[in-house]
Amino acid sequence: MTFRKYLVLAGVTVFAAAGDSVLSHGMKQAGRVSLHHPLSLILAVLNPWVAVGILLLLAFFGAYMNALSWADLTYVLPATSLGYVLLALVAKFALHEQVSPLRWVGIALITGGVGFVAGGPSLTPHPQADAPCESEAPEAAVSSQVGS
Amino acid sequence: MKELNTGLAVWCAIVAIASASVVGDVLLARAMKQVGDVHDLWDRSGLWTVIGRVLGNPNFFLGVAAMAVAFFSLLFALSWGDVSLVAPAAASLTFIGNAFAAKIFLHERVDRRRWIAAVLVAAGVVLLAG
Repeated sequence: MTFRKYLVLAGVTVFAAAGDSVLSHGMKQAGRVSLHHPLSLILAVLNPWVAVGILLLLAFFGAYMNALSWADLTYVLPATSLGYVLLALVAKFALHEQVSPLRWVGIALITGGVGFVAGGPSLTPHPQADAPCESEAPEAAVSSQVGS
Repeated sequence: MKELNTGLAVWCAIVAIASASVVGDVLLARAMKQVGDVHDLWDRSGLWTVIGRVLGNPNFFLGVAAMAVAFFSLLFALSWGDVSLVAPAAASLTFIGNAFAAKIFLHERVDRRRWIAAVLVAAGVVLLAG
């Protein structure tokens, strides 16, 4: 794990938390979306909070894809959950909201879970993926395209 | 009666969100493993090679499609109001579902450490939102 990779995981956490909260704030403003009026969903995207939320989630997506290219899914996923912890801490220390004891337990569980995973290896070694025959085919196709 | 229907609809939405998320996560994880470590690739061949390789991967598009289904199901469900149920329930189900799916479809070594983490995180998410 390099500093760059930790930075990517931090991006996954922060963008997921910020995107989710901004988006849900926007959807509250945009009002009820009904199955009978699919157009209302498109109108919801015009709400600036919803739009910014979607941009933040796109940033999350980029960081998430990046992380999945060098780590297992079951390694990266707990990092996304740290976003919930981040939101609760922001609520407590920045917004001075009450955080109930039950929520502190939730924070402890998530943090513990992430700690468990982070202590282990980030990637399952797949011997067949390192063999040149299987995974090299698409790479060869792309590099020949680039080369030509 | 109306309340019951809304409750059922919300739970259907929760299951739909979680299933679509798991399918999407597995497909995207597979796609990115096929692409390979993007940091290495970027250093060796530049950003455009990374983008080309990702966009040239069919699993990536299937994964994005599944994520889009999950995303719009979430938008629908959130607009019904009970964020404190929908978001954590869907997230918890996704964590547990993904641990199974990653083991079965991605052949990841989901050892005891990772199982415990999946359960702790799923429980923590529920408590945090409750």
